[in-house]
This record gives sequence, C-alpha cells and structure tokens, in this order.
Amino acid sequence: MAVISRGFSGRRSEADVKLPPGQYLTTDFPVLSAGPTPHVSLDEWEFTVDDGTNVLQRWDWKSFRGLSTETFTVDLHCVTRWSKLGTSWEGVSLDALLADVKTDADYVLVHSYGGYSTNLPLKDLMDQQAWIAVRFENKDLAPEHGGPARLLVPHLYLWKSAKWVRGITLMDEDQPGFWESLGYHNYGDPWLEQRYWEE
Amino acid sequence: MMWRVGTVIDIHDETATARTIRLEVSDWSGHIAGQHVDVRLTASDGYSAVRSYSIASAPNSEKRVELTIERLPNGEVSPYLTQQVTVGDSLELRGPIGGWFVWSPQQNEQIQLIAGGSGIVPLMAMIRSRASAGSTAPFRLLYSVREPEAVLYRDELQALSDQDHPVSLTYAYTRVAPKGWPRPPGRIDAALIADTNWPSKCFPTCYVCGPTSFVESAAGLLTASGHNPDKIRTERFGPTGERQ
Repeated sequence: MAVISRGFSGRRSEADVKLPPGQYLTTDFPVLSAGPTPHVSLDEWEFTVDDGTNVLQRWDWKSFRGLSTETFTVDLHCVTRWSKLGTSWEGVSLDALLADVKTDADYVLVHSYGGYSTNLPLKDLMDQQAWIAVRFENKDLAPEHGGPARLLVPHLYLWKSAKWVRGITLMDEDQPGFWESLGYHNYGDPWLEQRYWEE
Repeated sequence: MMWRVGTVIDIHDETATARTIRLEVSDWSGHIAGQHVDVRLTASDGYSAVRSYSIASAPNSEKRVELTIERLPNGEVSPYLTQQVTVGDSLELRGPIGGWFVWSPQQNEQIQLIAGGSGIVPLMAMIRSRASAGSTAPFRLLYSVREPEAVLYRDELQALSDQDHPVSLTYAYTRVAPKGWPRPPGRIDAALIADTNWPSKCFPTCYVCGPTSFVESAAGLLTASGHNPDKIRTERFGPTGERQ
C-alpha cells in the first residue's frame, strides 16, 4: 500500500507514450559511467570474439568499418529512470559479427576499454536485437557516449549496452559483469522493472 | 528490494535552493557512505514518480537517513521535496543502492574527493563517515561551486578542516568568488589539481561527483596528470537526472 504524498500531483507523460514502469521521458542524453571516459585511438582499437581460450574473430578499425552496417531506430531505457525514445544509430549487427562463429555457448561477457564488463545470454544478442554501434544521430559516436564503438542491446536496461566495447567472450556458464556484481539485476528487462538483485 | 516508509523528523535549508530532509526509517538496514536511495512520491490517484538521491549522512545506529536535495527548476520530484514536505510526513524510499561509489572506514589510503555543485552530497557522507568512525585516512576535498552562497555544509566542512587530522579543503568558485579570493572565478584546471590534490604518486582513490560535463572534465584532468583510471570513481547526474 503506497503512502500518498499529500499535495503531490506530478507531471504525467503524454497518454500516447508507453514507457516501461518507473521510467520518465527525457529528450537529452544523460551520461552514466563508473569511471573516467577512456579515449581509444582508432589505430589501437580492435574488437574480438573469443571463447575464453582462443580468439575466434578479430577486427581492427579499418576492417570493422569495412563491414556492412545497418541503421536502426530504438528506444533507450536507463536504470536511473530516464527513457529516450526514437534514437537513430548505425552499426554492425551481432548476427553479422557472429555469423561464422560455431559455438555451443549460452552466455557472453562483453568487455570494454577502461575495464567495464557486462553479461547477458547469447540469444539476447541474436535475431536483430543487438549491434556494435559506431554512429549516433548521423555523427561518429562521441567518447562520452561510448565512442568509437559501443554495444547496443536496447531491449535491456542501458548498462547492458557496454560503451567503449572491445570484445565479447562466449561462455558456457553465466558470470556477472561489473554492475551485476554490485547489486544490479543479472538480466535487466526494463518492462519487468528488473533493476536490482532481488527483483 | 522493498519500499520502506520513513518519517520526516527534521528539515533545514542549506542554501536558497537546497534542503536537507532527515528521515527516521524504523527498519533501515544501514548504509555505506556514497550510496543512494530511491524516493517515491504517489499522488492521490495512484500516479507515482521515483528519483534517486544520494545519502548525505554517515552510517549510524539511529536508523536515520539524511538527504540533501537541490531543487531543479523543471523537476518533478525535487520541488515537492524541497518546498512541500513537512516534519511528520511519511516518505517512501528503498535502498541503500550502489556498491561502487562508496567509501568505508576500512579504507586507509589517501582519498581525493572532487565535488561539482550538489555533487558534494555523497562525498559529504564519506567525510562524515570518516569523522564518526574516528578514521584518520588522509582526505582532501576540492569543491567547485558557482558562488559562495551555493556552498553546502560550509560550517561543518570548516570545522572538520580545522580539527586534528583535518580534511584538507579547497574551494574553487566558478562564477563569483569571495572578495580578495586568490584565484579568479573559473572552472577547475590542471594547475589547481596540481596545487591542491593528492599527486598520482600517492595512489589516492579519487571520487568525482557532479554534473556530467564537470565529471568529464575533472576525471580527464586526473587521468592527464597521471592518475590510474582504475583509481577514479565517478558519479554523474545529467540535466534531467535529478540525481544528487
């Protein structure tokens, strides 16, 4: 039973906008990161897929940008409660990146420059649900938003969309990433409001 | 994580736009300095809004939690909390939340705190936690603020910087400085960091909290002056974040 806040009316979002529970709409693009923004030079940048032992795929910036990209428009939902609708991106789908990888793995750990990591089921990266994004709103992705390249997996809370991504490790067993080890939900579905551990 | 009900037992204004609310939460499980809570307001028709606010108070055995809230001009929740809530009201909250941007008295290494505006709030919890635990961990605070009238916790910070094992305190005024202040108003820069912060060779743990642009800039200055990025913890709030 909620406590009624006497005199509080609040600011409702427009009736035709459907947001996940507990979210509010924003039009700007707040930044949340646990540490300093890494500045990754394109000469050093690489993206790898490994199985914990062997590197199965490796791209440098030039070969990565030679892959065919898709443009897509998605809604973003941050666990700190803002949602931003209709953002447009360009990136390479994980379907394309993993097309030649033979694996029985069920999980992945995504790694970033700067040491960040996040975990998710491999199937959440497949079937046009996830991309490595390199451009946002027709511009190269700014460092504070994860440039040169970030994962985008918009059906989960935004901390799963690792900024400054450098590779993914395929795993048979699930293993928590950075925020998942610090009290945030292991899966993070915004529509089920899976913010914290015990939800 | 369950919603708890806190009773407002004290309210006081810190500045013209910031107010501290002290809550007593009978089933509070305790917290670590730097953590935050979610606060939920519910209208009579059931509509509710939730925002996160940093805890300002040190861990304590009295089941008390203090929040200092800066009123945002177009905020949905902060105007209510800073203007309408009165002593005796009930507020719903859950937490504590966050296990990264925290300081506990077991840490005895050098600590560098850098606050921008109301980003001081979780850092004040760390300073208060140090004091209440009797820790002598070497703390330095660099506090960037628009003008003298916007400083939160001024007298308490002064007292803590005058005691034995003081917290070293440096203000950086960005718009208006007090008369005769040695440094002209301006943002934190490399020279100020070099003059007042723990040098990187001491391997301090750094906590930087404030608006996004402030944190980007300050954390960038720290890494440029040789601090290991692994030792820099940040907490940012965006223009709409309503996050203290």
